[in-house]
Amino acid sequence: MILINDLCKKFGKLTVLDQVSLNLGSGKSYALVGPNGSGKTTLIKSVLGMVRPSSGLIQFNGKDIANEWKYREQIGYMPQIGRYPENMRIGELVDMMKNIRKEVKTVDEELIDAFKLYKIYDKRMHTLSGGTRQKVSASLAFLFHSPVLILDEPTAGLDPVSVEILKEKILHERRMGKLIIITSHILSDLDELSTEMIYIFEGKVQYNNSIEALKEETHETRLNKAVTTLIKQKELLNSITEQL
Amino acid sequence: MTRVIRYIFNDILRTRFILFYTGFLLLSTFALFQLDSDFGKIVLSLLNIVLMVVPLVSVIFTTIHFFSSYEFIELMLAQPINRRVIFLSEYLAVASSLCMAYLIGVGVPFIMFGAGESVISLLVTGVFLTLVFVSLAFLSSVLTRDKSKAIGIALLFWFYFSLIYDGFVLWIIYSFSDYPLEKVTLTLIAFNPVDLARIIMLLQLDISALMGYTGAFYKNFFGSNMGILFSSGILFLWAIIPIYIALRIFNKKDL
Repeated sequence: MILINDLCKKFGKLTVLDQVSLNLGSGKSYALVGPNGSGKTTLIKSVLGMVRPSSGLIQFNGKDIANEWKYREQIGYMPQIGRYPENMRIGELVDMMKNIRKEVKTVDEELIDAFKLYKIYDKRMHTLSGGTRQKVSASLAFLFHSPVLILDEPTAGLDPVSVEILKEKILHERRMGKLIIITSHILSDLDELSTEMIYIFEGKVQYNNSIEALKEETHETRLNKAVTTLIKQKELLNSITEQL
Repeated sequence: MTRVIRYIFNDILRTRFILFYTGFLLLSTFALFQLDSDFGKIVLSLLNIVLMVVPLVSVIFTTIHFFSSYEFIELMLAQPINRRVIFLSEYLAVASSLCMAYLIGVGVPFIMFGAGESVISLLVTGVFLTLVFVSLAFLSSVLTRDKSKAIGIALLFWFYFSLIYDGFVLWIIYSFSDYPLEKVTLTLIAFNPVDLARIIMLLQLDISALMGYTGAFYKNFFGSNMGILFSSGILFLWAIIPIYIALRIFNKKDL
């Protein structure tokens, strides 16, 4: 569904993405993992067209996304840091988003109900705590039944109850056959939510296979163990090649 | 596009700055009517205010607005909306609200006390100046990520066109006074929107002699109507070109 070919992005001299090639198919759930500053968010923003790639190609359903915008109808995006017009009320924001995508007739307000956001509809955005902001971001991402969901650290800053609500929702959407991309540092969450893993380090894709395969390769049963083993193996390999 | 414009418009009205601006213009126009009864003089005094205040307010309001609506722009970019539409909606909403404030602030007192032909061209030049300086401010806003830097660049535009450029033109005329400079000055004036606005008004008011020999030459060269048409055309280019460049930059920008 989303095809990324030799994607490079440079910010000045700094290379953030280095020849990233991925093929993300619908019905799968991807965990995008990597240390801070490895290029996960830049990759996501490139897919959304917010960051313009230095070179390379991104296709959505077989169409190049450069200067396109219509394809974003099919993406629900939850940003890492939700930035919203500060003097808008939650209710106004939700109404505005619905108004902008008027073509969507039935909206999915399950999360708004589950997070009880309608109770604080008249609160302005600048009065919200980080967690409530996350709830608003999540609710907006799921609002339009989009076939592709891109969630940038969805569970960061949420209380345990809300995390469970959100996870349930993600699993529900996964069962409906949507393409889901999640970045997170909480690997136990990803173990439940994802079937595939993409490991990015310094702008390069180091690993791209199913989580099952990763567990088998590393002889581990839990994802966080498996990933740390993978990282250690990579570091070992790197140090050997450096010595050569 | 209209949906996006409506939201930006609401946001602008909420800050109340536009209301203050309208109030200020109303107040100064009324005050001038109290001070003087000669119509031409009122228009001329207003012209001097307009040439200073309109560009300054346009420039500062636009840059501040652009950076405070950064979140809104970011939010819209993740939605199925064209980047051009977002940017042009910002421009149209800001420009139209400033123009409206100007038209009400200066126009209403004249409607109450009776208007002449010169008032209409005062209103038109004010609107043109607003468009030009909103354009320039948008350009300076997309040139940098830093709000204070953008305001600095925008203010520099204002400072340059309102004060420095005139000094520069005077210096050229003075140093090369032995040569025929009519056409050179004409060309030089076309590079400054504030001067163009002033010329349109002075030609209209038929007091171009006040502007010294450039004004007289201008009038001679074009005749009143041609001169007004020519300067309006150039002023129009001044509004279009910066916003076009800004749009190109914005289209390639990472957000």
